[in-house]
Amino acid sequence: MFSIDVALKSLPLLLGASVWTIVYSLSSVAIGFCIGTLMCAAGLSQSPVLRGIAAFYVSFFRGVPLLVQLLLSYYCLPLIGINVPSSVAAVGTLALCTGAYIAEILRGGFLGIPAGLIEAARMVGLSRAQILTRIEVPMAVRFTLPSLVNETTMMVKASSLISVVGVLELTRLAQNIATSTFQPLEIYLTAGVIYFVINAAITFVGSLVERGFRAEKAA
Amino acid sequence: MSEQTAAGGRPIIDVKGVWKRFGTVDVLKGIDLSIQKSEVTCIIGPSGSGKSTLLRCIAFLEEYSEGEIYIEGELLGFSLENGKRRRVSDAEVARVRRNVGFVFQQFNLWPHMTALENVAAPLRLARGIPREDAAKRARAMLDKVGLSARADAYPSQLSGGQQQRVGIARALAMEPHIMLFDEPTSALDPELVGEVLQVMRDLAREGMTMAVVTHEMGFAAQVADKVVFIDRGVIAVSGSPEQVFRDNDNPRLRQFLQNYFERNVFWQSGDETPADAPAL
Repeated sequence: MFSIDVALKSLPLLLGASVWTIVYSLSSVAIGFCIGTLMCAAGLSQSPVLRGIAAFYVSFFRGVPLLVQLLLSYYCLPLIGINVPSSVAAVGTLALCTGAYIAEILRGGFLGIPAGLIEAARMVGLSRAQILTRIEVPMAVRFTLPSLVNETTMMVKASSLISVVGVLELTRLAQNIATSTFQPLEIYLTAGVIYFVINAAITFVGSLVERGFRAEKAA
Repeated sequence: MSEQTAAGGRPIIDVKGVWKRFGTVDVLKGIDLSIQKSEVTCIIGPSGSGKSTLLRCIAFLEEYSEGEIYIEGELLGFSLENGKRRRVSDAEVARVRRNVGFVFQQFNLWPHMTALENVAAPLRLARGIPREDAAKRARAMLDKVGLSARADAYPSQLSGGQQQRVGIARALAMEPHIMLFDEPTSALDPELVGEVLQVMRDLAREGMTMAVVTHEMGFAAQVADKVVFIDRGVIAVSGSPEQVFRDNDNPRLRQFLQNYFERNVFWQSGDETPADAPAL
């Protein structure tokens, strides 16, 4: 029997937990964006060492399932003497994982930047770091925004995996409520709707940003 | 060298025996060129002759393979130790060429910044000038090139001529001692060439030291103090506009000028030259 009542009663609790889902997924995308930018720049650099590091990083974090990565960090970090809260380890792992994908997304954007724009920046004395943050990243983001928004929604969904390492977020709480109320259908359906709404909001914000960028094009 | 000689007759740019190779192709084969303060040097020549490469070497956008380029007495891009040259750091390159402004054929404005931002951002980032002062100076520069009304437009909303004037304003804002122009009007529709050349004429009149790679022979004839004809990687002819355009009989130069003239003649009536024929 489907009970609307159970779904409605669980809603406030699930909404509370969804805040953590948003915090974990968006912070891992933000950190992952920085990692991805650096790895992308490393992958396109002159140095064979940097290129090697970037290639290994991307192939590892794209090649190993995120769930395995989470379990590895959960069990291995304490072994090598790193004791951090499991939420921190989980966000770190999510960030490293999405960073690999973002590095690949940005690569196309970086390669699309006309060389002359970089030369112009060098000629007015911008440093390498300033060129990266003020010219290359803003332009690459404009070229790749739809893919970046897509990656963000993927991470919102992937954050449900961190429930297996005991971090409280939307899926973990839904599991807890489901096992105590014996009403899994209502609870998981509610959780699913919340994920959907979060991602709808992210997509909407993405389209607003895209419209903002379009203002820079011919009026 | 001491500071006293700097104020004397030392050239702002001194190019000595510069070679540039791309793989096995020699693009520049021993270029010697010096540019004095307030001098306007126009560099002409067939396409593929190496004139743009020379300008890009002077800006160190290309690493030259051999020879020396001095900017206000300082060796650009390399250090000499026991006769061996070593590439210096990017920061050191930037320091030596800090007084060199560059204007590109393709304008190269940053499309995500407004005209004002394109001029103001380098002032803030490279010179550390506070936001408000940078914006004020950027506005003054846009005003100088006649574009203060378009300060808030993005490059894509500007005509080619306007974009190039912003490009000039961006370079000028850094208060360069020399401006390098790499075919500044070649990407422009013909009716937009004039507004850019006018800005460059005004600059020359103010005493700016300029090196201009150009196909605008009229501009070269009127404005240049020195015209340099580059052919197949060497300076084949150099001198005053009169010496180069009128008096020299180098066959390659005559052929080059003839081609240029024929391309631009659209009216021929016997021996009479139409009033609006391009000045050569």
